[in-house]
Order: sequence, then structure tokens, then C-alpha cells
Amino acid sequence: MTQPPAFLLEDGQGEPHAFPGSKPAFVCFVKEDCPTCNDVMPLIEAAWGGLRESVDFFVCGQTETGNRALAEKHGLTVPLLDDSSLKVSFAWDIEIVPTLVVADPNGSPRHRFMGFEREEWRQALDDLAETSGAPQLEIDWPAFPALRPGCGSRSADPTIAARLQAEAENSPLRARRIDIAAHDDEFEFMFDQGFSDGMPLIPPTPERVMRMLGGTTRDPHEVIATVPPNMGEATVEKVAINSVMAGCKPEYLPVVLTALEAVCTDEFNIHGVMATTMGASPVMVVNGPIRHRLGMNMKLGALGQGNRANATIGRALRLAIRNIGGARPGGTERSTLGNPMKFSMCFAEWEERSPWTPLHVERGFEPEDSVVTVYAMTSGPVLTVDQDSRTGPQLAGSLGLGIEGMLHPRARLWGETLLVIAPEHVDKLAGDGYGKAEIRARIQEVAARPMRELVEDDRSAMGIKRAAAEQMEDEALDRKLPKFRSDADIHIVVAGSEAGSFSAAFHGWLMGETGSIPVSRKVLS
Amino acid sequence: MVTILDPTDERVPVERQVTPRPDTVSGNVALLDISKPRGNVLLDRLEALLQERLPGISINRYAKPTFAKPAPDALRADIASSNDFVIEALAD
Repeated sequence: MTQPPAFLLEDGQGEPHAFPGSKPAFVCFVKEDCPTCNDVMPLIEAAWGGLRESVDFFVCGQTETGNRALAEKHGLTVPLLDDSSLKVSFAWDIEIVPTLVVADPNGSPRHRFMGFEREEWRQALDDLAETSGAPQLEIDWPAFPALRPGCGSRSADPTIAARLQAEAENSPLRARRIDIAAHDDEFEFMFDQGFSDGMPLIPPTPERVMRMLGGTTRDPHEVIATVPPNMGEATVEKVAINSVMAGCKPEYLPVVLTALEAVCTDEFNIHGVMATTMGASPVMVVNGPIRHRLGMNMKLGALGQGNRANATIGRALRLAIRNIGGARPGGTERSTLGNPMKFSMCFAEWEERSPWTPLHVERGFEPEDSVVTVYAMTSGPVLTVDQDSRTGPQLAGSLGLGIEGMLHPRARLWGETLLVIAPEHVDKLAGDGYGKAEIRARIQEVAARPMRELVEDDRSAMGIKRAAAEQMEDEALDRKLPKFRSDADIHIVVAGSEAGSFSAAFHGWLMGETGSIPVSRKVLS
Repeated sequence: MVTILDPTDERVPVERQVTPRPDTVSGNVALLDISKPRGNVLLDRLEALLQERLPGISINRYAKPTFAKPAPDALRADIASSNDFVIEALAD
């Protein structure tokens, strides 16, 4: 048995009692509403009567009012110590009351019993009498029940345990604690401190952060990413704090951690994504079994509001970037217009509804892996309506026409797209033998334009410059320029409700080494 | 009283003082193109004007690989060690 920590508790008269004392010790944790505790109170009183001169007694009650009630009900003279803060119960790892501990004068435990088993208690009290040199107790043992299970300790109540763990000396929490005065409104305080994206935040109290940390097995002090622009160190704890503020459940935390790791890579370039005047923002797609475990929305309204996991995971990522990395509008965030995805943009792929290979498997993961993929997108979801096309070439052609205006109709070989195809379109495409490869090829074919149509003119100076066009042969000007640099720049997932012949596209930002490259990461527990 | 945990990285930023501005421009002047469209147009014009008005200075041209990312450390070190002044062009 490990040495239990020392403590100092007061009895009902305010007298302090320090463990360990100078004699062998009888320590028992009780609470008033536990029937077994009530059963053993007369026994404790009898032990106190016989051993009080040679044994230190620490009968620790878990509520103040309960202690008074126990003393009155059983006519106790043994002092009941007040552990209503439950700190000693927690530090001693008490799960059940009564728990009896018999210890040597130096505090080393000799016995530790949970609940009430007559023979165990008899053995413990006989041992205590013998080691303390006191005469054996005269107790009518058969009058006590042979066996009574105990009750749950208040310190093990899940609603209380998180607070106790946060306050304990070995608490894993290292973040600075900010005390908000009683006359201050904590919600207004958090706005004033600049923690918020403009919406109210859940106060990240130590107990809420403790519960959030329960969502991962990762060490709270592990640095998972360095977040630009301030190059702030994102520990698991800091991400948990931001996840609490965003409204996440603890089980969402692994997805938030993975997403933050993914955006803080050189490939994704979150510094540029946040800083650009184009107003880019991370868009998260979640694949694999974790979608179901978290209850993520991939069906009706998947890209919109109303699902806690979708909304708060995306928000937590943005808050972590804001608070840990220091990316704030007007500071290093310089978006000309901003966009609503900067609050949150996260959804899951409806893999089961898709006849095609899901996104994460296309990107090299196993189907049973849970994976987060992040894209830097400037606009979206932009709807394409087509309720008329019935063939693959026509419908994929519509998607191509819909996406051709991305960023600018004359913007070519610039940016990627994330295409979200809804079930009605999926069925029509797949029914005509169209897979993702055919869809991509058809989009490229339909959205390609002869270069002469892309030359600057009176309508717009965007496009191929007149001077350059004048140097080109007719043959070159007739050559078609596709919208996307390669078919691989068209990313395709399935989501949405069964009803509606629509699909949507997210429009990209700068791509490749000089912009942002999509990143996929497997979610760790 | 409510206690909350600090969601920021808790670092106190170092306050840097602006380098004292000399009265005259002399020595080596770096012109840094951040690689935005037409940044070179601005810097070409600036270089011509500087050479015309300050014939004694020497001008070194630099370019970031992309405007979408911070300048690489090596480039920053190179500019800092070889120049007395730097002018960075935003353009568009």
C-alpha cells in the first residue's frame, strides 16, 4: 500500500487534527446518506471509547451538515472531521465509503478496507489495539452485519471529480489561471480580452478543461504544433482550453488536435492562409469511423449550422489559431472582406452513400482510419443547380460550367476546388458509369477555353495581356487552356440530403509550394 | 468568483524599438520584391530614382520566393548582413 498524503482537517469545534499524528491511526471516510456508514458509526464510537488514549482517530465526513446529523443521530463523542471540500478524500483516492485505513504512527498504512466486512474490521481493530498497547476492545461483534457494501464517495462523483483533479497538487493544468471578480460578467470579460471570434464563449474553467482533457490520452503538456504568426506553442492543454470555449465535447478534442497539427505544417501554410487579403480559411473534411462516434453531420444541411460536432470542431480550430497563434483581424489577419467560414467550416463525408472511393482512401489511408483533411478555401460552398441533366457527360459538364467562374472566369491554372456532390447528382453520375476520374476529366474539358477568349478586353483587364496575345500565333490562340492545372486539383466528396439536384464547390486560394497544399492527418486517440 | 484558464500562448511580446533613422541614405540599400504582381515595376522605378538622386549608394535586389509565406530565414539574414537600408515593395 502506498503512503497516503498528510492532511490537516478541523472538527466541528474548529480544532485541527493532523495526520499522521504521533500514535497509530484509525482513519475512516464516511458520509451521512450512506446506510453502511450509519451501520458502522456505533462501532467507530465504541472503538474511540476503548482506544482514544493510545490511537489517533480521524473520522472524515464528506458534508458539513451530514457530520452534524451523524453526530446527533448516533450520539457521537468521536470528533467528526470536515472534509466537505473533499480534497483529502480525493487525495486518498477514496472511491467507496466507508473506507477504513489503519496506519502506523508514521502514516504507513497497515490495512485498507472498503465497505463493511465484519471480520476485516475486527482484524483491523484487534491489530490496532495490539500495536498501540491498549486492551482488546469489548465489542458485540455478532450484533453487526457480516457484510455490507459501501456507497460511492462524493469525491468520485464525476461532476465533482474534475474540479478536484484540477485543484489537486498534481493537477495536469499549467495554464495561467485568471480570476474574474464576482462583480464582473465572465462572458463580457472574455470579449474584452479578445478571446472571442465575436460569438459568446463557454468559460474555460479548470473543471471544464479537465473534462475536455479526458477526451484524449495524449499528455496535456505535449506540444502538438507551433502556431503562426506568433509561433505560439500549442500544448494539448491549450487546445483543450480553446475547445471548451468553442463548445466542444471532450470526444471532439482528438479531431481538433489533428486539425491544428495539419494546418500548422509548412505545406498548409496557415500563416499565409490567415494573413492573405483574399480571405482564405481552413475547411475541414472528416472521414472514417469517428464521424459516427461524434455524431457528425454528413447528410441534410451538412455544410450548414445545427450540428454541434461540425460547428464546434471547426470553431475550436479557428479559436486556437486566434488565441495561441495570435492571428486576429486587423493584426496579421488582413482579409479584405473576410468570409463566414472563418467562424467555422467542418463537415464529414457521407462515405456510405458514395459509390466512389472516399476522400481519405484516395489520399492513402485505410478505410477504417479516421482522418482529417484541411483545405485553404476563399469561398464556398457555391451552389451549382442542375435538375435537368440525366447523363454523366451533361451533369459533370454542368459542374464544370459551375466552377469555371471560380475566382474569375479568366483565372486559369490557379487554385484548387473541393467539390461536394449531393446524392441526387451522385446517383445520376454513377448511374451513367461516371466515377471521380470521369467527373474530373469532364470538368476540365468543359471549363477549358481557347486562349483567344481569355485575352483582356473592354469587359475586363483580367486574363492574357493584349501585348502577349499579339505575339501569339492563331494556332496558339485557338489552343484551349483548362481551368485547373491538373485533374488532381479537383477534390471530390459526397455529402448532403437525399433530396435536391444540387452540388457545391469550395473555391481555393494560391496552391502548391507558394501557397497552400491540402493536408490529411490520421486522428490519434 | 469564476476562474478561467488563459487560452493564449501567454507570451509577453518583446517590445522592439525602431532603429534610429539616419539623416542621410548611404552605403548599401536592399530592394526586396515580395513577388506580388508588378512589384518589380515599382522597384525598377524606385531603383532608377535612387540612383539618380543618390549616385553614391549601391543597390542590391532581392525577392521572396512567394508573397504567401514569410521570408525564409536565410534571405532575412542575407539582407540584414549586407545592407544598411531595406525597402520592401508590396505592389499589386
